[in-house]
Amino acid sequence: MSISDYTPTVGIETHVQLKTKTKLFAAVGNDARQAAPNTLISHICVGVPGALPVLNEAAIELCARAALALGTEPQKLSHFERKHYFYPDLPKGYQITQYESPIIAGGHLHIEVDDLKKCISIERANLEEDAGKNTHPAGADYSLVDLNRAGTPLLEIVSMPDIHSAAEAKAYARELWLTMKYAGVTDGDLYHGHMRFDINVSVSKDSKKLGTRSEIKNLNSFRSVEGAVAYEIKRQVELLEKSQKVVQETRGWDEAKQKSLAQRGKEEAEDYRYMPEPDIPPVELVDKYVRNIENKMPDLPPVIRMKLREIDVDNKVIEEVLDRPIIVPTVLEILGKNGPKSARLAIFWILHPQLAELETKQGKLSQIDPDWKKLKQLTDMVNEGKLSSNSGRIVFKELIYGSTSDWPKEIAKRLKLLQVSDQAEMEKMVAEVISQNPKVVKDIKAGQEKAIGFLVGQVMAKTGGQANPGLAQQLIKKQLGL
Amino acid sequence: MLNAQCSMLNEYSNKQCVNALNYWFNDNSLIIDNCRLIIAQKDFDAVISTTKERALERAAEIDERAKKGGKVGRLAGVPFIAKDNFLTFGGKTTAASNMLKDYEAPYQATAINKLEAEGAICIAKANLDAWAHGSSTENSDFFVTKNPHDKTRVPGGSSGGSAAAVALDMIPFALGTDTGGSIRLPASFCGAVGYKPTYGLVSRSGVVAMASSTDVIGPLATTVDDAALVLEVMSGKDELDSTTIDRNPEGYDLQTSNFKLQTSKIGIIKEYFDEGLEPGVKKVIGEAIGKIKTAGAEVSEVSLPSLPLALAVYYIICPAEVSSNLARYDGQRYGHFAREAKDLAESYEQAREQGFGAEAKRRIMIGAHVLSSGYYDAYYKKAQTVRTKIIKEFADAFKKYDFLVGPVSPTTAFKIGEKVGDPLQMYLVDIMTVAANIAGVPAISIPAGLADNLPVGLQIIGPQKSDRELLGVAKAFEELKS
Repeated sequence: MSISDYTPTVGIETHVQLKTKTKLFAAVGNDARQAAPNTLISHICVGVPGALPVLNEAAIELCARAALALGTEPQKLSHFERKHYFYPDLPKGYQITQYESPIIAGGHLHIEVDDLKKCISIERANLEEDAGKNTHPAGADYSLVDLNRAGTPLLEIVSMPDIHSAAEAKAYARELWLTMKYAGVTDGDLYHGHMRFDINVSVSKDSKKLGTRSEIKNLNSFRSVEGAVAYEIKRQVELLEKSQKVVQETRGWDEAKQKSLAQRGKEEAEDYRYMPEPDIPPVELVDKYVRNIENKMPDLPPVIRMKLREIDVDNKVIEEVLDRPIIVPTVLEILGKNGPKSARLAIFWILHPQLAELETKQGKLSQIDPDWKKLKQLTDMVNEGKLSSNSGRIVFKELIYGSTSDWPKEIAKRLKLLQVSDQAEMEKMVAEVISQNPKVVKDIKAGQEKAIGFLVGQVMAKTGGQANPGLAQQLIKKQLGL
Repeated sequence: MLNAQCSMLNEYSNKQCVNALNYWFNDNSLIIDNCRLIIAQKDFDAVISTTKERALERAAEIDERAKKGGKVGRLAGVPFIAKDNFLTFGGKTTAASNMLKDYEAPYQATAINKLEAEGAICIAKANLDAWAHGSSTENSDFFVTKNPHDKTRVPGGSSGGSAAAVALDMIPFALGTDTGGSIRLPASFCGAVGYKPTYGLVSRSGVVAMASSTDVIGPLATTVDDAALVLEVMSGKDELDSTTIDRNPEGYDLQTSNFKLQTSKIGIIKEYFDEGLEPGVKKVIGEAIGKIKTAGAEVSEVSLPSLPLALAVYYIICPAEVSSNLARYDGQRYGHFAREAKDLAESYEQAREQGFGAEAKRRIMIGAHVLSSGYYDAYYKKAQTVRTKIIKEFADAFKKYDFLVGPVSPTTAFKIGEKVGDPLQMYLVDIMTVAANIAGVPAISIPAGLADNLPVGLQIIGPQKSDRELLGVAKAFEELKS
């Protein structure tokens, strides 16, 4: 028996933080990333007596967008329920969520793993409020509660158990992130938990039957989703192989050890005593409202992929571009205005680690309005051999992040990056190099053609790197009569 | 000047607010005969606390504004008492509970703000059954309010303090809340006008929630005119309460209205005249209906066969919502804190054990039970089904009748202690009032006469949003008496 005798089945619940300006039920700022604890709160977030939730309509619009992005329609009628439990980060003693009639009741997401396309169905997605955050200072006999996050709108997207491997789980998580991000539903800041994944994993020898599942909650990267699913599959198979039972439980994920651990706590299922939320009338969406949103929908990943395929780059590069939603509009604009060759260069420059780092720090690409004529001049210069690709990147960097208003040609000149392609001048230099290196010339003539590279290097050195290396090599061969 | 036709309100001149208020607050025992507040408090325990300082400050402000010829509002200088489950500035808001016995509200109820905007001055907070759970005010965690007509009897509840204060002429009007009859019952027992508006007509924001789907806010007053004027000021859509509805564009001030009983079709609710109705009450109500008939109204008997189920429905839905609404009182952020608790679980348990009285605990347990998994369908869901049926029966009845009439309660005010040991007997007191709450329709209790020297209220119920007409017909009935 081996792991391949078992069919793993995985379902993923994803909490997507909606990028509304204010919270789901209170007129308080929603972005707590930079805020001091308990500064983004109101009576409603604290659960003061008499405080009533008032639904933020912007959240409904984002849910409608999410529905359309998942290939379905938002429900015409949905309502909220209260889910009860006691915890210090839950001020009202209940979470307002959707249970019986969620705002999204279907949909699907296409993923691709090892060139195989697959469709993962969405079971439902409910709009709900987030809880606050508890911290337990080490060694202290108290805990701290920060309610800034309490009431932040979340869309909990529940997949069908259509996922059957760790790679598929990772692909689903990433594609969902891309989809929600491009649909403008979330800021998608994974580091700050804007998307949190709960995975349900079971394995079974009989592919028609589901095994006992375990759940791992609050994973916040694609890598940890992949790792946790892989680990759970392996752990469960090993248990079954030893004739032991898989316990239905919630386990914690130790990212450092890449291991899941049983969590201490009650094993009995909690009874949340769901009840219709009487303070918020049901949400009714008319068709006109949905069509309006549909007409304003931005391009989603499948369409963007198609557009990027016009540029002659690997699918892998396209995915790398997609992973950086911030640069996509720039790339597409370069493509539209200056053509695929130009866009291709821009992509490689942008994806270069140095620039990527700069971009992470300064985030300028999304803010600038690149001067298309300048960019065109730059990419033309490279395509015409006047500038090496590497030098092009340096000029590009200067163009985006520098404080100059110069044209690329001037920048290249100032930085001494222009390639020397002047035949006459090059011939002179090549002649000099040949006369200065008689021993190398002798070797070359004796058949060691590799040594030409050394001479090219010498020419490059003489020109301070500005020589066109191709031309240099060509001229050396010519003068040596090869 | 105040509205001259408002019987009680015209006692006050906006030029002498401070003087007028001093009349209420004067605690010089030599002139105790002139101090209504103290008499009421000493002998009847109608109020829990006063908001003296703030009231006098506001009175001085209004005097100042009046002196300068500024706008002072339609209720300038009119003192009122709010049930102590309204969040108000200037003192504590306790809900008559040990849990909130030291609680100071960080904001005010919308209803209070609207009254203040028209110059009314809250001078005290009235006693109630803790959390508004009860029909006698005996469930107050602090003390029992006595009936102004007989100190050995209850004033009714849960707005018992408000009704007693009005009946004692302490103030021209008081605010109450009516979840299952809590305004109408004490109005009937004390001989005041008690008005329960259409659900949603007055914002619930800033009122300690009991059962959110049936809670309404309304006035208790000496005359229908006064009640109407107060409703006029308080009503309307509120962005802090999503369940609020638009007010009637014509308003509720009856000065310009001229309702005639002759044109009305009135149905006598058959189910409310079954056995159990005290003969004295039956006689007074019979006579009242006789007068209405004599005045020319078309009167006949109507049956709403599901009405006998209303109480059962109410005592499922109400505790369910109570258990949910009281979940926030966990002692963690405000309210009673259990100092001796050793850990979180104990902290919750002890805060709630110590902070809640027997009736609150009873309702929390019933509510948690009917919402728990496995029982939800049998209780809560079934109750909602019957609720829909009751709503429909009312709607059907209102196709034939403009208004429905009956008693408010099968009995007059009962003895203090008489029903306290038997919760079921106590719940039965609400048997004729809960249906209007379940259906969300407006209803009024208007003094109809005395039985054995105790007041009896006539209940008139109207269709949803018929508040203007209902107040009009109540006024017409009031005029018949004199």
